[in-house]
Amino acid sequence: MVNRLLASKQKVARRMSQKKATGLTKGLEAIGNAALFTLRVMKGAFRAPFELAYVGLELTDQGWRSLPLIVSSGFALGLVMTLHTRTELIKFGAGAWIPEIQCLSFFVEIGPLVAALLVAGRVGAGMGASLAEMRATEQIDAIEALSIDSFKLLVVPRVLACFLALPLLTTFMDFCGVTSGFLSEHFLSHISLQLYVERAFRGVEWSNFIPPTLKTAVFGFIIGTVSCFFGYTTNEGAEGVRRAATNSVVMSSLLVILADVLLVRIIFILFPGTAL
Amino acid sequence: MTDWKETAIFFDHVSMTFGEKQVLRDVTFSVARRETICVLGRSGTGKSVTLKLLIALLRPEAGHIWIDGDDITQLREQELSRVRRKMGFLFQNAALFDFLTLYDNLALPLRRLTQKSKQEIEEIIDRVLQQVGLSGDREKLPQELSGGMKKRAGLARALVLEPQILLVDEPSSGLDRITASEIDELLLEQKQHTTMIIVSHDVHGARRIGDRFAVLDHGQLVALGKPLDLEDHDNETVRKLVTEG
Repeated sequence: MVNRLLASKQKVARRMSQKKATGLTKGLEAIGNAALFTLRVMKGAFRAPFELAYVGLELTDQGWRSLPLIVSSGFALGLVMTLHTRTELIKFGAGAWIPEIQCLSFFVEIGPLVAALLVAGRVGAGMGASLAEMRATEQIDAIEALSIDSFKLLVVPRVLACFLALPLLTTFMDFCGVTSGFLSEHFLSHISLQLYVERAFRGVEWSNFIPPTLKTAVFGFIIGTVSCFFGYTTNEGAEGVRRAATNSVVMSSLLVILADVLLVRIIFILFPGTAL
Repeated sequence: MTDWKETAIFFDHVSMTFGEKQVLRDVTFSVARRETICVLGRSGTGKSVTLKLLIALLRPEAGHIWIDGDDITQLREQELSRVRRKMGFLFQNAALFDFLTLYDNLALPLRRLTQKSKQEIEEIIDRVLQQVGLSGDREKLPQELSGGMKKRAGLARALVLEPQILLVDEPSSGLDRITASEIDELLLEQKQHTTMIIVSHDVHGARRIGDRFAVLDHGQLVALGKPLDLEDHDNETVRKLVTEG
């Protein structure tokens, strides 16, 4: 009886360790596949044909069509930020600092990060779902059947467009955030535009604007690659489309935040003066 | 020894497995040039997989597939492109690129794979669209086309490079009898100068177009021959599949 119990216990333990091993193997396999996918994207970006027409189409879709979302979010965030900070700053007699804080926080962190997260939500989900649907409806097979490299045609232009669009969208978000900050301050304290601009850019250097804006190109690459990876490699029909859209948003948002930590450290090392 | 002057396709002892399910088991057949073979079988017996193996969208687990003298199971991607250019594929749901107009769907392979001028491409597309009866729809997006129009557009795309071999997956699925018959007519026009493999559930259409039938059951080739000869086959599934009504 005891022997039988021990044997069954060992059996259960063996099965559980096998399950763990399978999960671990699958996880490592997925990471390996994602790494190979990323390398393929990088290689594809430097190899002809360059699919400029498709990059242009994607730039319109990802950049131009994201603009209303970016602009409205930038305005709203700028407004909310001023409203939150002004009470505390005025309490300490630092009301004159509101424009500079608004400007720096948008340029350095809020603009790049929020723009990236918004793009991850709108563009990432769209890219993941559209590629997964193309896989489910055999459009990718049809491209391959025509002897055309589907990866070069569908994945590389999408990633490149995301890489190029995000710094531009971030600039728009920065501009909208600072503008709405001015509008809010103008209505509350009747500050003139000239004085606001003077105060806003008093402590801002190019290094506060250019490196954080350029880091969003990396965010764009991450969003594009992650979303395309989930969309292009799915093979599960309608369920695959849903999963690709969800995974694209979740993973790209998470990786953007993690990459931000790393990139901020790198910017501090390369431009020590930017540390606030 | 296969005579490649006469034979276009040789499917040589091919087996294929997905996970634990064996989809094809040791399937062997050959197709002569300008011959049309209709592949029949119940759902899930490996018919569409056979077509995807023929155009190397899938690699077989065992066996060899010879197209025009090339063993495509041994070819690299670049060499495969050369072989694929000899083939056209009409997918079950047409698989038109939904981000391109009908014209651009047809122009894509011509722009990519040939050195033809804009004018030549225009002429070819006009001719092919006229052939399939879609001349007035060239600027439409796939989502604006009906089921039958999509099938004809898919066929037009498959024909635009003038393939020697045409692979057709369920040409009449989801279509009414009249539209299905129109698609059959278009395929009959191709029959004179193209080798065709057609996967079908429509026995009526298959009997009009096919020179021979290949019947798959549980992944095995259970019958291969002329439709009339198969009507008295020992296997009941074969008899049911090849008999109309």
